[in-house]
Amino acid sequence: MTALRGRAWTFGRDIDTDLIIPARYLNMKTAEELAAHVMEDADPTFASKVQPGDIVVAQENFGCGSSREHAPLALKGAGVSVVIAKSFARIFYRNAFNTGLPILVAPEAVDGTNRGDELSVDLATGEIVNLTTGKTYQAQPLPPFMRELVEVGGLLPYLKKRAAAG
Amino acid sequence: MGMTMTEKILARAAGKERVAPGDLVMAKVDLCLGNDVTAPVAIDEFEKAGFERVFDPEKIALIPDHFTPNKDIKSAGLVKQMRQFAAKHGITHFYDVGRVGIEHAFLPEQGLVGPGDVVVGADSHTCTYGALGAFATGVGSTDLAGAMATGEAWFRVPETHCYTVEGSLGPFVTGKDVILFIIGQIGVDGALYKAMEFAGSAIRGLSMDSRFTICNMAIEAGGKSGIIAPDEVTRAYVEGRFRREPRYYTSDPDCWYEKTYFWRAEEIPLMVAKPHLPSNTEPAAELDSVKIDQVVIGSCTNGRIEDLRQAAEVLRGRKVHKDVRLIVIPATQAIWQQANDEGLLDVFVEAEGVVSAPTCGPCLGGHMGILAEGERAVATTNRNFVGRMGHPGSEVYLAGPYVAAASAVAGHIATPEQIGVAAPATPAGGPGVAGERGQA
Repeated sequence: MTALRGRAWTFGRDIDTDLIIPARYLNMKTAEELAAHVMEDADPTFASKVQPGDIVVAQENFGCGSSREHAPLALKGAGVSVVIAKSFARIFYRNAFNTGLPILVAPEAVDGTNRGDELSVDLATGEIVNLTTGKTYQAQPLPPFMRELVEVGGLLPYLKKRAAAG
Repeated sequence: MGMTMTEKILARAAGKERVAPGDLVMAKVDLCLGNDVTAPVAIDEFEKAGFERVFDPEKIALIPDHFTPNKDIKSAGLVKQMRQFAAKHGITHFYDVGRVGIEHAFLPEQGLVGPGDVVVGADSHTCTYGALGAFATGVGSTDLAGAMATGEAWFRVPETHCYTVEGSLGPFVTGKDVILFIIGQIGVDGALYKAMEFAGSAIRGLSMDSRFTICNMAIEAGGKSGIIAPDEVTRAYVEGRFRREPRYYTSDPDCWYEKTYFWRAEEIPLMVAKPHLPSNTEPAAELDSVKIDQVVIGSCTNGRIEDLRQAAEVLRGRKVHKDVRLIVIPATQAIWQQANDEGLLDVFVEAEGVVSAPTCGPCLGGHMGILAEGERAVATTNRNFVGRMGHPGSEVYLAGPYVAAASAVAGHIATPEQIGVAAPATPAGGPGVAGERGQA
């Protein structure tokens, strides 16, 4: 797998799902529609300035609040390639895997990143390089079950495979 | 070593003798749930993955409650998709406007969830059902799609944290104050990924309605689930209502808790959570300088009959302050009807509040009471995030029904005592079965 590369957008702690995609847009459900409003109430310029491949870097408890899968969908739709945080709220964590949005837990990388830094992320090894500062960080390894989910392409393919195996 | 009730329920559902925290299990679900925001995405995923039938049309609940009665054309499209999916797959528990209510009040009331169940719901407040002694947790739409197809969901068995509250709660202090107090103590990620078990004489002294309120907000501390050991209050609620056989589990005396907390009930005052986190709490009595524009009494947290009775107790014979809009939202049709029978709706209207049809509505800034820039609301809902009830420049203060109603009268945040309401003769939220018309 080639490394992901993009500019960092930094955010604070407890970025809730209403900040990621406000409920007033939940009458929509496609990644494209939702992407136009992603992070709107946290940073109104984000949706128009984010570039494909850019990386969201946040403090603790990213994605707390509602179970809306629209949150990872909106980030994906906006072209965000990976979210790096000190910790994730549990429903968001599940949803990100289920929708194919890569996420990494890497507290030191978060502390070592400023807004606009150029990052390179190798999802296979969990290695994060801050190309602006030249520093390298290691994300926490994925639990084996999550790695299996990712390898088969997400939850539903996993369940289908499991059902077929009887 | 013994097991917690959460571990026992997951072991049962996974077909195992025992499980321990950290184990990954595939568990059979007793019910899976989706609403008009999350079910349409689940249906898309279900169909995209090529599943042809649901695992059991009796064990899926599709509850359009967030933007209903449909607030706009797009929302109407979402509910139409649910309706058509339900018809195609013969799903029994799809309820439309006129029969539906807010999911987390409606499913327990209708006896569709009960003690010992494993419930997954594509809504974060699914943890509400833990009040019945169930393992219930919020998931996303893809997890719901998987559960609808296979009847199973994977879980990492959570560590349990035990929160004990002993003693007698003060006048007007309810389950909402207890949970806001706890979240204020531990923070919005204080129970991240954990099962939150609530125990102690103050919890046992609460009605089912107050217990639902407590477990409802477990997610606001990051919890995977909230749970209360079933007792005679649970049994009285469940008997004649729950449509399946209840399975009563309690934690073993020698079970392992990762953390334990202990508080005296007497130290819990009437609480308010200030913007913009549920953990940003302060005693209500100290916030009387905060002027407000709107009060919302309702939601899956506090839209049950006991909540409406408490609000009416404050509002009876009083008027809503001239600068405040009061919106009361009974959570289900049965609660609406019961409130009507008891004359509560008259009290609200005579106080110059408005009574809405059951809906999540303003709680998530959907409709039925959106805030403009700079406006401030006191709400009995569960979240006060930026923009939660409308404009990102508006503010939500979370409180229980007593404080919300008193604030509506005062025009600023107030306790019932501060507006001259005498303390109730019986302790607030005392034992009793609310929602007597729940079998309607």
